[in-house]
Amino acid sequence: MGEFLRVFSDNRSIFVDGFLTTIQLFALAGVGCLVVGTLLGAMRVSPIPALRAFGAFYVNMIRNTPLTLVFAFLIFGTPKLNVNLSFFTFASIALLAYTSAFVCEVVRSGINTVPVGQGEAARALGMTFTQVLSLIVLPQAFRSITPPLISILNALLKNTTVAAGFAVGEAGAIQDILSELGEKRTPTLLWITICFLGLVLPLIVAQRALERRWGGNR
Amino acid sequence: MGGQPVTSVLYDMPGPRARRRNRAISVGASLLILALVAYVLWRFEATGQFEALRWKQLTLPAVQRELRDGLLATLKAGGLAAALALPFGVIAAAGRLSDHRLLRWPATAIVELFRAIPLLILIFFFYYVPLDYGTSIPTLWALVLGLTLYNGAVLAEIFRAGIVSVAKGQSEAAYALGMRKGQVTTLILLPQAVRAMLPTIVSQLVVLLKDTALGFIITYPELLYVGKQIGGRAVYGFPYIPTYLVVAAAYISMNTVLSLAANRLERRTRRSFKTTADVVPPPQTGDAVGGV
Repeated sequence: MGEFLRVFSDNRSIFVDGFLTTIQLFALAGVGCLVVGTLLGAMRVSPIPALRAFGAFYVNMIRNTPLTLVFAFLIFGTPKLNVNLSFFTFASIALLAYTSAFVCEVVRSGINTVPVGQGEAARALGMTFTQVLSLIVLPQAFRSITPPLISILNALLKNTTVAAGFAVGEAGAIQDILSELGEKRTPTLLWITICFLGLVLPLIVAQRALERRWGGNR
Repeated sequence: MGGQPVTSVLYDMPGPRARRRNRAISVGASLLILALVAYVLWRFEATGQFEALRWKQLTLPAVQRELRDGLLATLKAGGLAAALALPFGVIAAAGRLSDHRLLRWPATAIVELFRAIPLLILIFFFYYVPLDYGTSIPTLWALVLGLTLYNGAVLAEIFRAGIVSVAKGQSEAAYALGMRKGQVTTLILLPQAVRAMLPTIVSQLVVLLKDTALGFIITYPELLYVGKQIGGRAVYGFPYIPTYLVVAAAYISMNTVLSLAANRLERRTRRSFKTTADVVPPPQTGDAVGGV
């Protein structure tokens, strides 16, 4: 046990650095995928066939591609197109591009859960498109969107570990660094797990609470 | 779905003016998308991605064999993990639904824990912990065991949600006929739950198949790993882009076939519940969309 605690206290700065990188990746990709995913979702429910087709194509491609392949394509492939960015930037883009597809689907199905009559009634009252969207549809869609959205963000947080396989020094890479310093892998992995549970738990609790509050009445 | 939505919550049927405007936006958007595609193709062309040298490898029988072996390794890991995760999920779900705390609590803890830990870290545990104790297990099994625990835990939640969502009258009627709890679960609840949850189960299997690509990180020679080998050959001008395009096509077609199967199942399930009785709604737990 003493040995187990020592692994953490001796290498605290390495753990802190790793998890800070993880949180940076999570924050960047998280905000990005919410924006891009919502835009894609808007495309998929728009009356413009070309945009709908583009949204559907993107979502179907990305959802059926492993995240690891998206990473590999960006990190090994794109430099061959003379696009050179840091590994961290590529990792953020990979996570953003991948997660957006899932956000898009949640937004789309959230909008579809609002009964058609709601929009018709609002338009009958003479509301403009923006009013219908912001006053009637989105507030109702928000309820069915938020819990799955949190669960997507949760998955994103866990998926940041894939970046460790592509030379980004985030939490999943800590055990590699410490192993080079002569530490055993087992205690390090246990510590990584514990820290991750600390990050993931608030998200799970929030999601469950919202589901319980909003889940019953649909 | 598919085709023009007749009326949506957001729009009425477009009138003549809206139709004209939509057509104009449609043309603009199409041009924009075409421009994007053209730009990407131009980048490919400018950096010589279409040169024969970069594609030549893919025509060689030896390389094709490599790719085939990679594909088989992917399918092997996916198949083994699915074969182990499904029973694990059933057992864990049964534990979570048990009346005995001694079974329920550990099952709940296991399911919650394995869903919360990043899958890659689980795989690392199986891969690296034996090394600390002077042994090792094959990368295949590190991958398969990691996938089994994670997907088994997710499947357990799917099974449980399915069983819970079967109408209460079903089990009450079965108990009234004198069935024991085991009989009620296996004969009444499970068949209905599996039928309702089949699409969700299949999409989780798609997720599982995709996640076999994590084997790349622990150097299990699956499709993506093979792709890196082929793409990294300097003689052929580092053909990463052509190779990954082929690999992506393989993944996308495999998963699309599975997803189509899931959709078809869903439609069939919906059709066959002709009675007004509960078409078990796929429980909207966030985990059902999980598999991100």
